[in-house]
Amino acid sequence: MSDSARYMAKPDERGRFGEFGGQFVPEALIPACQELEVAFVEAWADTEFVGEYRQVLHEFAGRPTPVTPLHRLSEHLGLSVFAKREDLAHTGSHKINNVIGQTLLTKRMGKHRVIAETGAGQHGVATATAAARLGLACTVYMGEVDTLRQSLNVFRMELLGATVVPVVSGSRTLKDAVNEAMREWVSCVSDTHYCLGSVMGPHPFPWMVREFQSIIGIEAAQQLRDLGVDPPDAVIACVGGGSNAAGVFAGFANTAARLIGVEAAGGSAVGTGSPGVLHGMRSLLIQDEFGQIEEAHSISAGLDYPGIGPEHAYLADAGRAEYHAIADHDVIEALRLLSELEGIIPALETAHAVAWMTKEAGQSLRSGSTVLLNLSGRGDKDVAQVRAILRGEQ
Amino acid sequence: MKSLEVRLREIRDSGRKALVPYFMAGLSEDWTDHVAGAIHAGADAVEIGIPFSDPMMDGVVIQEAALRALGSGVTFDSACDDLARLATEVPLIAMTYFNIFHHYGIERSAGRLHSSGLSGVIVPDLSLEESPEWVASCDANDVATIFLVAPSSTPERLKLIAQSTQGFAYASARMAVTGSSSGDGEGARIVKAIREVSTVPTYIGIGITTPEQARAASGVSDGVIVGSALVQVLLDGGSASDVERFIGDFRRAID
Ligand SMILES: Cc1ncc(COP(=O)(O)O)c(C=O)c1O
Repeated sequence: MSDSARYMAKPDERGRFGEFGGQFVPEALIPACQELEVAFVEAWADTEFVGEYRQVLHEFAGRPTPVTPLHRLSEHLGLSVFAKREDLAHTGSHKINNVIGQTLLTKRMGKHRVIAETGAGQHGVATATAAARLGLACTVYMGEVDTLRQSLNVFRMELLGATVVPVVSGSRTLKDAVNEAMREWVSCVSDTHYCLGSVMGPHPFPWMVREFQSIIGIEAAQQLRDLGVDPPDAVIACVGGGSNAAGVFAGFANTAARLIGVEAAGGSAVGTGSPGVLHGMRSLLIQDEFGQIEEAHSISAGLDYPGIGPEHAYLADAGRAEYHAIADHDVIEALRLLSELEGIIPALETAHAVAWMTKEAGQSLRSGSTVLLNLSGRGDKDVAQVRAILRGEQ
Repeated sequence: MKSLEVRLREIRDSGRKALVPYFMAGLSEDWTDHVAGAIHAGADAVEIGIPFSDPMMDGVVIQEAALRALGSGVTFDSACDDLARLATEVPLIAMTYFNIFHHYGIERSAGRLHSSGLSGVIVPDLSLEESPEWVASCDANDVATIFLVAPSSTPERLKLIAQSTQGFAYASARMAVTGSSSGDGEGARIVKAIREVSTVPTYIGIGITTPEQARAASGVSDGVIVGSALVQVLLDGGSASDVERFIGDFRRAID
């Protein structure tokens, strides 16, 4: 078997992908992480559980999402671009895939409540949605700064029956929301599951979330095959913590496709970070010379995370995937381009991937190459912000 | 056996209950005077927090203290420099998150702790499973790595931790972060279970906020750790004499 068969398999028994990952959490949470690992391993091997997960994704969340050939953009860029339409999944992004898996697992473990962190509110809305559907209580931790920036999403979560707790510690953004959710989890771990929103945190979360998101790549690989593309020359996804990227990469990790993750320049853990330990994992982090974690800054709240999932750190280290950064000013233009040429308003997060593809068309993406773009989410949540920027108000 | 554990066993075997206050390094310019005040008032060992940007195991009081210390430029090195000047016989125990040491270098950190007169260390986010490399470096420097036992620890884990911890076993009384709730919770149960499998001294912390609670907890253990309640006094502008009064009250309660 070739070396590449190793990629995106199970982490080792210490929960590591190469040097990254692990379980760096207080003793109070170790039993819960171990319990979760056992429960996930059992559930994921249980055809009944997997069947239920797939059925809920189908009849509630709208899967499979289509693959759309982007004809006009392809012509504009001299590429052959296909979009995997996670923007069409319920709640408007890939986040629903993960939360359906985790909330079903919550019930299976006999717990009746979930807590979650959220940045822009996408993962919070998805968690509140799945919790409502499955009859679980739900509390979402959100940095106070983000609750003000994304007040409509706060209201959405409340409409869905969730409680939103503004986090006033630290920088009052996503990383602090994770800290606060972890602290809260310590005090309620016996009846509550922490529904983490990306491929990060202590083992087994990075692996489990990737598995729940791998449906993106599995579907897309088949859909592209049906279109005669096997495999595409490149697979491109934006990266915050890295869950949509991990999900789509999982379908192509052992093919010849280039795997490309696009980070926000102000939150580029691979580009500007160094190895460190935060939020239960050893990964690449943006930190100062003393090991204090720095704040990420990006036009898109969903990419405002100073780290990256440990498996991505490993894939970068191993040279299997490449990670690039896109600055804020290129993002709006990419969002307009996709909107005007294809009738799809992407999320600001997703627009980073579009921007990188646009820049590299005819360069490292040779003319005529086939590209799978993971369209992780729709831009409705961002239109007020985009309008303000275009009007010069921001 | 590490020097710290020899010392703490002596204290226990003499029949004295140990009182271990927590200070945030660099919270104010005269912070080492506060430590000296606590020692003068009868502290048996002192926990020294090295501030970290993302203190996952700490509640609002210690978070606030960490932010203030970071705001005034405190680093692992500056805290060590300050402590080296303190020159005390009372054991000093560092407490911080693993990224600080990971970034500074594992071996280099252990050496720095030792050369600054710190004989123990608590790293709450370094689980037993992730600790071997760290512990090996500390072993080479006579620095004791102290592990926590939580109310959620299974009997098997409790045994493993009780047999691995050095210096003392930290019995976390509550399923909570520091300073977020009070009372001795499950401390008594945990101490009893640790004593069945180990002779290491066992202190109760997390939730000890009043002299009365300290008295109750020390009655069922070998000592108590007092963190947030003391740090709150200092956040409110308390002086070295306020610290002496505070520690004196706890001392009298547990003696
Ligand atoms: C549409 C969309 N894409 C991407 C992300 C980034 O998350 P991840 O890197 O885990 O996919 C988010 C996060 O909120 C998002 O809403």
